[in-house]
Amino acid sequence: MGSKLFGARVTRLEDPSLLTGRGRYVDDVKTAGMLHACFARSSLAHARINAIDVSAAAALRGVHAVLTALDLPRAMRKARMPMLVPNPSIATSLTQHCLAQDEVCYVGQPLAVVIADSRHIAEDAALLVDVDYEMLPAVSDCRDAVKSSDALAHLTLDNNIAATFRLECGNVEEVFSSAPHVFSEQIWQHRGGGMALETRAVVAVLDRAIGQLTVWSSTQTPHIARRMLADLLDRDLESIRLIAPDVGGGFGPKAIFYAEEAVIPAAALKLGRPIKWVEDRREHFMCATQERDQYWNVSIAVDGEAKILGVRGTLLHDTGAFLPWGIIMPYIAAATVPGPYVVPNYALDTTVALTNKVATTPVRGAGRPQAVFAMERLMDRVAHELHIDPAEVRSRNFVQPAQMPYSVGLTFRDGKPLIYDSGNYPLVQETALELADYADFKERKAAAREDGRFRGIGIANYVEGTGLGPYEGVTVRVLPNGKVSVATGATTQGQGTRTTLSQIVAESVGCRIEDVQVVAGDTGAIAQGVGAFASRQAVNAGSSASVAGKTVRTQIVKLAARFLGVTEDEIDLDDGVAIAKSGNRQSMTFGELARLAQGMPGFAMAPDQTPGLESTAYFTPSQASYCSGTHVAEVEVDAMTGAVKIVNYVVSHDSGTIINPLIVDGQVQGGVAHGIGNALFEWMKYDENAQPVTTTFADYLLPVATDVPTCKIVHVESPSPLNPLGVKGAGEGGTIPAAAAIVSAIEDALSEFGVHFTETPLVPERIVDVLREAGAYEVLEEMT
Amino acid sequence: MKREVSITVNGREYRREVEPRLTLADFLRHDLDLTGTHVGCEHGVCGACTVLVNGRSARSCLLFAVQAEGNEIATVEGLSVDGDLNALQCAFRDNHGLQCGFCTSGILMTLTELLRDNPDPTEEQVREVLTGNLCRCTGYAGIVASALDAAHHLRKESGY
Amino acid sequence: MKPAPFEYHAPRTIAEATGLLAELENAKILAGGQSLVPMLNFRYISVDHLIDIAKVEGLSGIAVANGKMRVGAMTRQRELEFSLDVANYCPLLTEALRYVGHRQTRNWGTIGGSLAHADPAAEQPTVCAACDAVVEIVSKRGSRRVAFKEFGVGFMTTTVQPDELIVTIEFPLWPPGHGFSFQEFERRHGDFAIAGAASLVEVGPDRTVRRASVALCGVANTPVRVGEAEDMLVGKELSAITARAAARTTNSVEPLSDVHASANYRRHLAEVLTFRSLRAAAARCGSPF
Repeated sequence: MGSKLFGARVTRLEDPSLLTGRGRYVDDVKTAGMLHACFARSSLAHARINAIDVSAAAALRGVHAVLTALDLPRAMRKARMPMLVPNPSIATSLTQHCLAQDEVCYVGQPLAVVIADSRHIAEDAALLVDVDYEMLPAVSDCRDAVKSSDALAHLTLDNNIAATFRLECGNVEEVFSSAPHVFSEQIWQHRGGGMALETRAVVAVLDRAIGQLTVWSSTQTPHIARRMLADLLDRDLESIRLIAPDVGGGFGPKAIFYAEEAVIPAAALKLGRPIKWVEDRREHFMCATQERDQYWNVSIAVDGEAKILGVRGTLLHDTGAFLPWGIIMPYIAAATVPGPYVVPNYALDTTVALTNKVATTPVRGAGRPQAVFAMERLMDRVAHELHIDPAEVRSRNFVQPAQMPYSVGLTFRDGKPLIYDSGNYPLVQETALELADYADFKERKAAAREDGRFRGIGIANYVEGTGLGPYEGVTVRVLPNGKVSVATGATTQGQGTRTTLSQIVAESVGCRIEDVQVVAGDTGAIAQGVGAFASRQAVNAGSSASVAGKTVRTQIVKLAARFLGVTEDEIDLDDGVAIAKSGNRQSMTFGELARLAQGMPGFAMAPDQTPGLESTAYFTPSQASYCSGTHVAEVEVDAMTGAVKIVNYVVSHDSGTIINPLIVDGQVQGGVAHGIGNALFEWMKYDENAQPVTTTFADYLLPVATDVPTCKIVHVESPSPLNPLGVKGAGEGGTIPAAAAIVSAIEDALSEFGVHFTETPLVPERIVDVLREAGAYEVLEEMT
Repeated sequence: MKREVSITVNGREYRREVEPRLTLADFLRHDLDLTGTHVGCEHGVCGACTVLVNGRSARSCLLFAVQAEGNEIATVEGLSVDGDLNALQCAFRDNHGLQCGFCTSGILMTLTELLRDNPDPTEEQVREVLTGNLCRCTGYAGIVASALDAAHHLRKESGY
Repeated sequence: MKPAPFEYHAPRTIAEATGLLAELENAKILAGGQSLVPMLNFRYISVDHLIDIAKVEGLSGIAVANGKMRVGAMTRQRELEFSLDVANYCPLLTEALRYVGHRQTRNWGTIGGSLAHADPAAEQPTVCAACDAVVEIVSKRGSRRVAFKEFGVGFMTTTVQPDELIVTIEFPLWPPGHGFSFQEFERRHGDFAIAGAASLVEVGPDRTVRRASVALCGVANTPVRVGEAEDMLVGKELSAITARAAARTTNSVEPLSDVHASANYRRHLAEVLTFRSLRAAAARCGSPF
């Protein structure tokens, strides 16, 4: 029997091709006669469009067409992008037009597209598109947006509130009025983005001979994109094939269906030529969706022993100019606050405000990092005020393993009651603290302080709903040459989907992993699909692969038994060969069996046999499966400059059964890097006219190799009872509590000055300002 | 006005006519179909476009093809030996040094220069050199482990 | 982000280069390109002609003689970084170069290009200011020598005229054993300086300061020589108290505010970094405190 694959550190099948420069990203796709596109975009955050004059642009040599909304197919002219995930709390479900016609609502909103011989010429021409704007007041800060004022983000609305909703359980009023201790915090979390290294890109090619439109897009959700496109172009779904080839990072923003993904195919149809559009980095900064600006006002009520009696507050969320994914993010944030703690009474009132900035949608963590930041700051506050160790405060409030499945009392974003299916939060935290040498920290802190260095430690816990539905299908098929083909609606942007599915299928079917060929992200390969977001693919596609693989295994065994003349329980499958255990140990290869399964022309099939060795499974989860984790960050702060160095970072991580530890560790480490960015570096700034100010990698700071330590990761596996593999999602856990742990550690490092931090990113200048206000520099004179 | 250039890439000479404003990155990717070099920012920060010019790492988005006239360029496509992964590439596969692969080509070229100039780098030195390349997927740990592993193997091979 | 179209020229001699500069309109010198090309790609500027001086003879090299170090304008930062001569005779420059960009940019960037670009946060101009370097500039009209304190005239503007070319930077040398330090605050390794402080000290056997030079980057349009700090140090013993007092004189700078940092923060950093710079310089010349 071949070595066990499930759970093994199998090196990735994707790697040889990517390492030799043979990856195929959208910009690597070339066809004959290809033209190149560049969008003309709004330079103002809010304006009425009086006229768009494309004549100068169209006259430039090498330009084939300049299209505005009026040149789009009738159905697309006035159409708005579809909104995924509607919700009754949404008052105005505004989404973007394909190309702006009357009004632009954020800097970068597309209003025309130039098609030319080269991207160079297209850019030259785009600058010549002359727009007659009537500038309107722009709403920049979401706090201003909700005050009744003259500035409206949209002319079509009479206020800037897209939605309000309340999540609650128990009775907070009663509890807060009688609680021994109530502590409040104001928390600010600034804008940031996913910032994949590969920008967005679309190639559209029409094959007139067969009436097929093929679109390549750097997307996380090709099946969803295809459905959107079919509606907008008014074409049969089957006449469109949408392919997400190699994608250079997703992280959330590439799950959105963008106007450009509709306009480029429309232009290709109109011009009858293949068209390529590759976004540049500056466009990405302006137009790819982002996350946050969130302002929280939260309070916690506890008894004398630090037991939580209730949590309540308000959340103001900046959704930008549109809501392509409804209110998913603030909703998830509101539902995530209780985390691993027993919170018997809870109420959060959320207001979702419209501003004249690009829309905010889920980015790695999808609102959970913000919720965890709020809750963990409250827990630290309790610890500080009641003089109890922060780990102890958390311990006293954990949901215990014996309480699983545990009902939080809220409804989750999947419409189901929020019920944690499994988990051992005390064990996860204990494991983290041990690995972090938490017990000895006070000594380390004192030793550093003697040396003039300020060291601090911070803890943060989270619970994360993963593996969301509705489904992700897998077709497993044995080919006549013995290879096993796997087609899935799951997609890949670096998380090793091909490898993990190959591991599962090879083990469940009984073939070698080298013989498995995975096609992912291609609507031509499997009929129904959803895509990558919310850490859902290992659960859904993994489970489907297991179910389909096992079905195919049964078919192989049955057929082999018939042809080898033995009973089914006498058949062994090993490395792609079916062997009869008794007699001469006769065998047949999977390839031979596949040929037999095709049947013979003119002959009837055997009574209980279906053609081929194949099976398609669509695992549909009943609800989310809940991961959890504890992060412990140890930092040193240069009190004179505010510089922060992370000296140690521990992750205790429960994402259920692990398919490939190499890949899961990579996801955790990569997730922590995002978290460090959120905590210390990433701040998408806009001025008071809602003009983006940080639009280069020199201004918007991503963590570099000297900023991200190698994490110490330990896995605690609480298998999920909700799917056949026991897996849970692993893509976002690294990010979710990171900012909370790091800011907590910074505050601890500077505790002798009594400073308090409640914002992200926490930048050196801010640390210096707060220290100065606290009088630290009078004391520190001696040290410098 | 177009100019004729002669540029050697991975040991092979190419003659083409190019516009002065065509960057070396775009020349490699679109004129020569060597799409292994990637473009992430076009303003010289992310390092995805890193190639070697006369053995020295360079941001090919900040060089014009006309500047490369008469020079020798090395790209990721030139690293493998007879179609097999070289020691550095093997180390990346063994140590999970890549996820989406978009930054990888540039990082491989940066590390090729480093390990040639400094066969026994410390972790600190590896991280410092890597600050010129952004990665959004891996959190750098796998990349650093790959670099140190490759350095170790290369030293063994050459009896260092 | 493709640049607007331009014509490309690759002269082989200084005379050819200055000839082109004199005759062409809207032309710019392309040296290392690490600062210029991003600006072209963003279309922050556009040129009709790029004059690539990479192949011009006689523009790069390091030569030490008669108490001076002469550096050709096209000398790549990488060459300076690893030069034993620079490390021996002008170690402040060696230390400053560790903060300049990344390996890939130092392979191509040049000292002349950095001076011509004149970013307020740039390290090389700050070293030139600290050392009282002299810049030699040529054109068809002739040549001239400019003391560095006259070199920068405004925000990213130098005295170099559109038809002129920087050819050499001459550093007067400080005596062997002098104290030096370049300290910078950057958000991430290799980023632009938020603020930086360069110091040079010459200390007598009685530990009194004979000579001091303190220059700051990132706190004004051009590098700032802090004369007040220098005056305060000369004739005194180099100690924590005198260093702190000298550092405090930097409070009079009026830095810029931008997306990265406020004026206040830069001023704060200027004081901290000046102190740290003096402390490191003192240790290096045998007078640690």
